[in-house]
Amino acid sequence: MYEFTYHKAESIEAAIATLQQSDDAKFVAGGQTMLPTMKHRLASPSDLIDLGGIAALRGIEVNGDALVIGAMTTHATVAASAEVKKLIPALAGLAGNIGDPAVRNRGTLGGSIANNDPAADYPAALIALGASVKTNMREIAADDFFTGMFETALAENELIVSVRFPKPQAAAYMKFENPASRYAVVGVFVAKTKDGIRVGVTGATPCAHRGLRLEAALNKDFSPAAIDSVELPVEKMNSDIHASAEYRAHLVKVMTKRAVTACG
Amino acid sequence: MPTVKMQVNGKSVSGEVESRTLLVQFLRENLHLTGTHIGCDTSQCGACVVHVDGKSVKSCTMLAVMADGCAVTTIEGLASGAQLHPMQQAFMDNHGLQCGFCTPGMVMTALDIVNRNGNNLDEATIRKELEGNICRCTGYHNIVKSVQAGAKAMEG
Repeated sequence: MYEFTYHKAESIEAAIATLQQSDDAKFVAGGQTMLPTMKHRLASPSDLIDLGGIAALRGIEVNGDALVIGAMTTHATVAASAEVKKLIPALAGLAGNIGDPAVRNRGTLGGSIANNDPAADYPAALIALGASVKTNMREIAADDFFTGMFETALAENELIVSVRFPKPQAAAYMKFENPASRYAVVGVFVAKTKDGIRVGVTGATPCAHRGLRLEAALNKDFSPAAIDSVELPVEKMNSDIHASAEYRAHLVKVMTKRAVTACG
Repeated sequence: MPTVKMQVNGKSVSGEVESRTLLVQFLRENLHLTGTHIGCDTSQCGACVVHVDGKSVKSCTMLAVMADGCAVTTIEGLASGAQLHPMQQAFMDNHGLQCGFCTPGMVMTALDIVNRNGNNLDEATIRKELEGNICRCTGYHNIVKSVQAGAKAMEG
């Protein structure tokens, strides 16, 4: 890892100010992706601004019929939260199955979505639940937030504050996980919402996306058999040492069926 | 160079580090607490697990400066003199190690499992919770037995 200047931010405003004054600074949340990336010298920021000391970025609140989760809330906290288990148990289950226990004690919701790894779990949940991302500048709908592989709608000086998850009528997340890393080879989050069925797919393509063809079929008939005839675009799927494009397309349907069954 | 201060195994310590110094390097190289091991250095193997403010973390994937002001417990902080901690004793009694390289991380993770799941642990829970700790000798069977026995022994 190349040397850098470390800053511990006391507030959101201070974090932004430090970023603006630095040459090539990056925010660090739990560091569970950032530090390995820096060790591999795939990133070499001039400055690292630690968000770990900002209390305003942590915590879980119930706001009407929605959960508002602070960006710096760890996966372990989300997984163990009585509020999350009550309102959106599928989200607690998703958080509790990221990485391993020690990684979950450091890794955060905000860090995960800002990084937007193609195989991360949270993006599928945000998309399916119709969540919105609150930043220091604005509110961004999940449908507009994830823009490409490791790319998001966040601007240079923009910091995620919290994510608002509306409570669905039912929801389930099914992941076919890589046995070593626990990343999703394919993960599918299905939610029954007031606006109909929404499907978030991760791991399958370079960026998590809405499964619009699956949604169309499930809105007509919410049953596993309803998606038998859905054809998915194999040419858009990822292909790597873990799974071919054809296999991923197959897994999307299998995971969707399992999630539909789990929704009841 | 940044100065860090923390409580390690109940003692106040401080030292000068580079920003990029990992917590595990600070523990091993500055404090000479070499019980915490570096296995993979890529946050997969769990040989470097320590507790920071009571929670298990992979100390190869946390900067020393991030632990400034925190309370850190390492494997060296468990025994009372010659009296092993019940979890350490359980690993000894159940042959929960062969080469021993992964053992400090296994024991620290085991204590975190007990903290969150209590003293009556079934095999499935232990195996699931040990996902972040890799052992290349034992095949895990005796490690699972050790964690189960250690958790029980901690109750009394």
